[in-house]
Amino acid sequence: MNYNWNWGIFFQPNPMGTGTYLDMLLAGLALTLKTAALAWVIALITGSIVGVMRTLPSKGAYWFGFAYVEFFRNMPLLVQLFLWFFVLPEILPKAAGLWLKQLPNAPFWTAAIGVGLFMSARVAVQLQAGIGSLPRGQKMAATALGLTTVQGYRYVLLPMAFRIILPPLTSEFLNTIKNTAVAITIGLLELTGQARSMQEFSFQVFEAFTAATILYLLVNAVVVTAMRFLERWVAIPGYITGK
Amino acid sequence: MIEISHVDKWYSPTFQVLTDCTTSVAKGEVVVVCGPSGSGKSTLIKCVNALEPFQKGDISIDGIKVNDPKTDLPKLRSRVGMVFQHFELFPHLKIIDNLCLAQEKVLGRAHDKAVTKGMQLLERVGLKEHAQKFPAQLSGGQQQRVAIARALAMDPIAMLFDEPTSALDPEMISEVLDVMVDLAREGMTMMVVTHEMGFARKVANRVIFMDRGEIVEDAAKDDFFGKPRSDRAQKFLSKILSH
Repeated sequence: MNYNWNWGIFFQPNPMGTGTYLDMLLAGLALTLKTAALAWVIALITGSIVGVMRTLPSKGAYWFGFAYVEFFRNMPLLVQLFLWFFVLPEILPKAAGLWLKQLPNAPFWTAAIGVGLFMSARVAVQLQAGIGSLPRGQKMAATALGLTTVQGYRYVLLPMAFRIILPPLTSEFLNTIKNTAVAITIGLLELTGQARSMQEFSFQVFEAFTAATILYLLVNAVVVTAMRFLERWVAIPGYITGK
Repeated sequence: MIEISHVDKWYSPTFQVLTDCTTSVAKGEVVVVCGPSGSGKSTLIKCVNALEPFQKGDISIDGIKVNDPKTDLPKLRSRVGMVFQHFELFPHLKIIDNLCLAQEKVLGRAHDKAVTKGMQLLERVGLKEHAQKFPAQLSGGQQQRVAIARALAMDPIAMLFDEPTSALDPEMISEVLDVMVDLAREGMTMMVVTHEMGFARKVANRVIFMDRGEIVEDAAKDDFFGKPRSDRAQKFLSKILSH
């Protein structure tokens, strides 16, 4: 292979005049983190609501939850982003479509919301499973004490369900971070996007993607460690998953 | 206090679990419900505070109809204590918080008042020193005593017990029964599903025998243990009393 290795490339100025190539990658990393954070918040909130709906006795709530989950998890993420970014503005009424197209930072918002909704379907299914894994008597005990359905979920069912699904939720959080890379296709210059522009400017493809790989690994290692601490912090003394 | 009249319940159009059940529990009365497994006794007691719906008949507590859609069920349930076979303490809450949750969220008691009340009841069931522990750190018998204290913290007008000792090791049964006997002697209105005939003999006013979803026998305690009128009850008694 005739490849000209140059690890010093990171400290050379990038052609956009925004500092070094490393600065370029770090700017991409910052955008990745911002997108992932917003997407995760959206995924957790909407996923929790839909997940709870799937466990309610109401048939309507169940079917809404079912339709929501199947819609968002049965389409590739890439297709969903294209749908929100390219198709949605065209099928909306003209004024609304125009407003969408002219929105500043449209790729960022589309990516955060698109990835967030895609992941929310997965959060919903896990929360449903977590609630379903609790003994049926827990809900009965809450009800028998006079707690309303909302109070029963808030004070009895959800605190346990979330503890149970914390390990798989960690995986979903990591997936959310990694899935933001798909946003390169709608022009978001996140970490993967910046690594590719670095490759195009400098032809140092291996260095660029090695750096991107390491940055992704580091970020995810931090998340995994933080989630471990969280798991330990909320563990219940004497309970099977606790210590 | 508790009036049950002509209650029918079906799980499906072809599967009837309760057939024309009629009985009552007067104020201060202790009624024991027994019968073979699958006879519908747990289902019947869960119908009393509307944890299970029923299709025909009426149940009222203190003059308030359970099956009236206008009834404020959470409020009614908060006035009727219930103890379950598997305790159903809330595992993520400390013992004292298990006792305070519904006092604060349902009755609106101030936290310090709820704690005072909770500690009094824990002392009464002999578990004051365990207030800061979590349910999983207690034995089954201790957990069930906490569950009774949790129900009593709501100042109930009646107590329902659904096989409170069936999930316990033999040597823990008596510590729970002792608490229940005290309660009965203090004049608490109690409906108790149990196989503990010793308990029935000691404190019950009446014994109800159920089989295949029907109330086969509803007799004063002495009549029931003296000479049950139905063959089915005689057979049942001879089986469980012969050991």
